[in-house]
Amino acid sequence: MTVSPPATTSAPAAGHPVLTTEGLVHVYPGGTRAVDGVDLTITTGERVAIVGQNGSGKTTLVRHFNGLLRPTEGRVLVDGADAAGQRVAHLATTVGLAFQDPDRQIFAGKVRSEVAFGPRNIGLRGAALEAAITRALAATGLEGEADTNPYDLGYSRRKLLALASILAMGTPVVILDEPTTGQDARGVARVQRIVADLAAAGRTVIAISHDMRFVAEGFERVVVMRDGRIVLDGSPAEAFAEAAWPTLASTFLEPPLAARIGARLGVGSTPTDESLLAALGGTLAAPADTDT
Amino acid sequence: MLQLSGVSYRYAGYSNEVLHDIDLRLDDGEIVGLIGPNEAGKSTLCLVASGLAPASIGGSLRGSLTLDGVPATGLATHELAERVVVGFQNPNTQRSGIAATVFEEIALGPMNLGLPVDETVERTREAVARLRLGELIRRDPQRLSGGQAQLVGIASLLAMQPRHVILDEPTAQLDPAGTRLVGEALRSLAGSGTSLLIAEHKTDLLDGLCSRILAIDSGRIVLDGPTATVFDDPRLAALGVEPPARARLVRAFRDRAIEVSVVEDALAGAAS
Repeated sequence: MTVSPPATTSAPAAGHPVLTTEGLVHVYPGGTRAVDGVDLTITTGERVAIVGQNGSGKTTLVRHFNGLLRPTEGRVLVDGADAAGQRVAHLATTVGLAFQDPDRQIFAGKVRSEVAFGPRNIGLRGAALEAAITRALAATGLEGEADTNPYDLGYSRRKLLALASILAMGTPVVILDEPTTGQDARGVARVQRIVADLAAAGRTVIAISHDMRFVAEGFERVVVMRDGRIVLDGSPAEAFAEAAWPTLASTFLEPPLAARIGARLGVGSTPTDESLLAALGGTLAAPADTDT
Repeated sequence: MLQLSGVSYRYAGYSNEVLHDIDLRLDDGEIVGLIGPNEAGKSTLCLVASGLAPASIGGSLRGSLTLDGVPATGLATHELAERVVVGFQNPNTQRSGIAATVFEEIALGPMNLGLPVDETVERTREAVARLRLGELIRRDPQRLSGGQAQLVGIASLLAMQPRHVILDEPTAQLDPAGTRLVGEALRSLAGSGTSLLIAEHKTDLLDGLCSRILAIDSGRIVLDGPTATVFDDPRLAALGVEPPARARLVRAFRDRAIEVSVVEDALAGAAS
């Protein structure tokens, strides 16, 4: 079977469902029912954050999107086609998934070959391959480390390397499992920029995160999971509004501090610092960001 | 008390020192936060403060580490482990790989200290209860989510009831509830006299937990002071450290000439 290179430039028009689950259930050997009936549709170009306490089924859910896991019940549609009939190698041309633990993903002896592996596997060669690698290394700030052994990088940069390997594949859908874990403020800003750039290019971004500020500032849709089910699905303003707090609390989540202050002051739902300051009538002078 | 005096360190096989002239003192019952950008030397400082570097991983150290007045260089590995334990950033590094269940994994620490079985079991139960891991005790430690694995790693440390604890990003993989649980467990550990050094990016956690904060950059201590003072220091941004949400918002209010007192009540109420 020949696999065509990923369509980085021809993202389908927004609004087209790219990932759909219907009655998705996943039971692990041993009986843990990690996903327990999820119906979810994600459309192209959306930035979706999936939140919920540890063990709520977030990682299990997204691993169905690239075929790493197969449903126990229900089905998963990728780009309209049932994932059950597709091989992982084929799904990988549509959906890239950066693991939570980079050490479960990284295997090559050099940063460059680590990043080259994915795009080469889906058919990129020559100048196109070089360009994909260069772009991914630049986006993650690893351009100076092409010949470094991945295990000479610290944990936070190995996370960025795992992310670069996925970015280089140019998949229309990019899934990031806890991308800000272990990142300092500059690293978080870098990941935020990557998410924004992917979205600007019309690509779909799904991130699992415990960092509510990262979620509120960078995503347009928040999906809250509890015990393998979706219990809340809305914009950050909706998901962090006071009315949603009991649902958040039921899965041990807290809205960002800005949202809590906004609610106490009665100025509406203010999930981000910026929205709170705006609601309080402060001028939106450019914040003194570190390196943007 | 754990004390580093004039410590510089370089890893085996490298020519440059990555820590320079570090002075650090942890009094009994004290919780000190360690902040700084990635690759500033936080993890190395954790290895040095726990005695693993150079005793277990090699390298060369100038200056001294003393534990309760005893120089670390005079202690055998097991004696060191009785005084100070370290929790790593990645729980998969921490895991023994030889335990069949989570309960056994947590019990390995006290067992290795040579404690009687009864006490090993009791301490393991206590650590399990404290981090609410009851539902996981029969699970295979290899088949846990990242956050669950991290809680198990911390439970293993608690079960050793160490006098000094060094933690390298103990809550990196944890959800807010897990982070809070760990915070409570660490506070109560400090209450019983254990001293703690916690390297963390989650300054919100440190804000409520630490009496003192150290910031390091390029292997040197650049800020050292009471928590509120350090978190209000304008140099944090240049260090790539995100101040706690509380400090960040108070500063934003001040910068934008919003009367801080108007929102102070809300801040206090919202933060609690």
